[in-house]
Amino acid sequence: MSEQTPVKEAPANPPTELEKRFPGAVKRDERPGFEGHIVEVAKLHEVAAAIRDEMGYDFLSSVTAVDYYSEAPEGENFIEVVYHLYKSTGGGALVYRVQVPRDNAVVPSLVDLYPGADFQEREAWDLYGVKFEGHPDLRRILLWEGFAGHPMRKDWKEPYFEEDVKPFKNRWPEGQVYRIEDRNPVGKNVSYPQGFDPDGFQETDDPRMYESLERSSQDFIEQIDTEQVVVNLGPQHPSTHGVFRMAVRMHGETIVGLKPVMGYLHRNHEQIGERNTWTMNMPFTDRLDYLSSMSNNFGYALAVEKLIGEKAAPPERAEYIRVIMAELTRISNHLWAIGFLLNDLGAFFTPALYAIEERELILDIFEATAGSRMMCNYFRFGGVARDLPEGILPKIKDLVTDRLPRKVEELDLYLSANELVRSRGEGVGVITPEDAIAFSAAGPVLRASGVPYDVRRADPYSIYDRFKFDVTVRQHGDVYDRYMIRIDEIYQSLSILRQALKDIPEGEIMNGKNPYQVRVPAGESYGRVEGPKGELGFYIVSTGKANPHRYHVRAPSFINLTILEKMCVGQKIADVVVNLGSIDIVLGEVDR
Amino acid sequence: MTEKTVAPTVNSAGYDVPPELRQSVAITTLDKIWNMGRRYSVWPMMFGLACCAIEMICTAASRYDLARFGMEVMRPSPRQSDLMIVSGTVTKKMIPQIVRLYNQMPEPKYVMAMGACASGGGPFKEGYNVVSGVDQYIPVDVYVPGCPPTPQALLHGLMKLQEKIDRESITKVRWYQKDEIPAIPVPILGPDIIDPRDSAAIREMASRKAAPAAPAAQPEAAEAPAA
Repeated sequence: MSEQTPVKEAPANPPTELEKRFPGAVKRDERPGFEGHIVEVAKLHEVAAAIRDEMGYDFLSSVTAVDYYSEAPEGENFIEVVYHLYKSTGGGALVYRVQVPRDNAVVPSLVDLYPGADFQEREAWDLYGVKFEGHPDLRRILLWEGFAGHPMRKDWKEPYFEEDVKPFKNRWPEGQVYRIEDRNPVGKNVSYPQGFDPDGFQETDDPRMYESLERSSQDFIEQIDTEQVVVNLGPQHPSTHGVFRMAVRMHGETIVGLKPVMGYLHRNHEQIGERNTWTMNMPFTDRLDYLSSMSNNFGYALAVEKLIGEKAAPPERAEYIRVIMAELTRISNHLWAIGFLLNDLGAFFTPALYAIEERELILDIFEATAGSRMMCNYFRFGGVARDLPEGILPKIKDLVTDRLPRKVEELDLYLSANELVRSRGEGVGVITPEDAIAFSAAGPVLRASGVPYDVRRADPYSIYDRFKFDVTVRQHGDVYDRYMIRIDEIYQSLSILRQALKDIPEGEIMNGKNPYQVRVPAGESYGRVEGPKGELGFYIVSTGKANPHRYHVRAPSFINLTILEKMCVGQKIADVVVNLGSIDIVLGEVDR
Repeated sequence: MTEKTVAPTVNSAGYDVPPELRQSVAITTLDKIWNMGRRYSVWPMMFGLACCAIEMICTAASRYDLARFGMEVMRPSPRQSDLMIVSGTVTKKMIPQIVRLYNQMPEPKYVMAMGACASGGGPFKEGYNVVSGVDQYIPVDVYVPGCPPTPQALLHGLMKLQEKIDRESITKVRWYQKDEIPAIPVPILGPDIIDPRDSAAIREMASRKAAPAAPAAQPEAAEAPAA
């Protein structure tokens, strides 16, 4: 509910707890609309360690960089790295940040404190060129080694650059439309450094990845003197759930090293999001985790509403509609995840077909409500785009009271006790609770490891505090538990849906009228929801203009993959696809 | 009555079959037989890129049932497939693999660009890592609009592909000609994606970098100078 940190609850003027604890190293962020503290770069590691160990902020939710750049020499010119932390026992966020000059962006790495920062720091290096000192494997993650420049910096322009912000003048209002490719000499969106010669050019991406793979499996290489094999799974592989690639180093059939390679679907959400206006970003969030567009809408709407404040508080009916849609999304996502996990286990397509059949019924509801099966674009700041169509509520009621419980029980009956599912799932890919928290795993992956952390309960948003539901938790942290937890969650979602359908009031669905453009005051906000795949966060920075200054997505699938290597090392090659399937990734969200 | 039992499309070569034989003999062209065989056994590659792949799977599933068109055999290997459904956003990092997969497919082969992204970049066209349309690298036979196209739209696209197959003639299609069809050169990941076919244009473009039309890319370094 409240984004006030425990630290900030102290009276405003006297030094906060953090300032008292680290005199000189920490100062409050005084900019209007900003929260948290600014930490001296040199002291970052020390402060972060103390915050983790003394204050109990053990879950590093998000690490991201923001570029403050202005052409004017006296303007602000620095890169800020923002850290959002939570306690794994629940409660609000602790925010701290460091500021470094743009031309010498070096920040100490926190990977040794929070292993979950690994991929996020690599992403900040890739897109912003922030060098994390002490990072064990600082390579590009979404783009490839050798790419010219760091594209998210504000002074980097893409080859199809037209203007800094939308709507572009050539489309609106006069509408002098031209084709941007006609303005590029090659006719494609490419640009090269001056004097570049394509002949005899050698790629450098893969060699560096293989070096890193060899480094991480060095211990094994020294122990054993048999020949080791490197196998590449993906990016075109039926079991990688999209264009994901894993380079696996094996001794016999046992895995000694694994490097995930991603970015094959990196479609520049964040940069496009910073050109778009606030409302224009809503349909783009649909395409993040394209199996659960309603949840993505929810997260983005929450983040922006938090920044706008009371003026954008949605009316009652809209809140209920939001919860109904988000929970339906969770069910449809979990059905898909279970179906395709079974696919990976070798039950080729039969369980998936059964699961897809039920999912289609939920998609019908989405199509009737939002107009599209997958890309719903349904939420607006301060409500939802349109009211529920006539006669849809009885349909949803039928589905959640009758058909879905029956069908999920059927799935449960046929699959959960199945000997093959158990023997291939139990004890495979075990994540301990300590590891799950340290690696910032979220959602079903975290809860299957025995950590009862659910954003809906730990830091309630919307109207989730009104519903009775259990935070599902399983104790073993293996593939079987990650499968079971999804079945459990479907039952809980059905229960929430039944309560919401009983209580949904009549009334308005928008706070005020649906505006063409929203006014968002300057400041920052971090809105997070419990998406079907885990904690989905949106970090936005506004300068009061029509476009976000920074738009960052804390993607659960992306961060859940950090632990993949640890899960897989020591296991057999056949278990890799199962481990990956049990994390339930969607590449649109991993690569953004 | 009996002459109507034979399908008019089959017995359309213009030869007169005696009435007593019409139930058992049909005269047609080799093209028609050939094309009929191919149109009902198109094996798509099991190859998904993004959101559209989900709709492709839904199309293959029980409700929309791709099997009605003889296309249910999705092969995970390019060596066994006839049709590549490019289902989703094509990125610069992925295009070398897509071209390689296309080169590995045996002929006759078809390509369908499913959705706005594969057809022309879609909502992500301006992105620095997005290829605006797979047809910049490989030839496309059918474009299916939509974001993502519904299963019905995909089925319509597949029917259009069948119609296209119907119109082919073995004397004219390029894979039955004497000359070998050269493989498409695989793009390289450099400072930006490099299409080997464009290398002259790239060299020329890089040599006169000051032109305002193409914004300058910065050198690979943490210390990016202000533009």
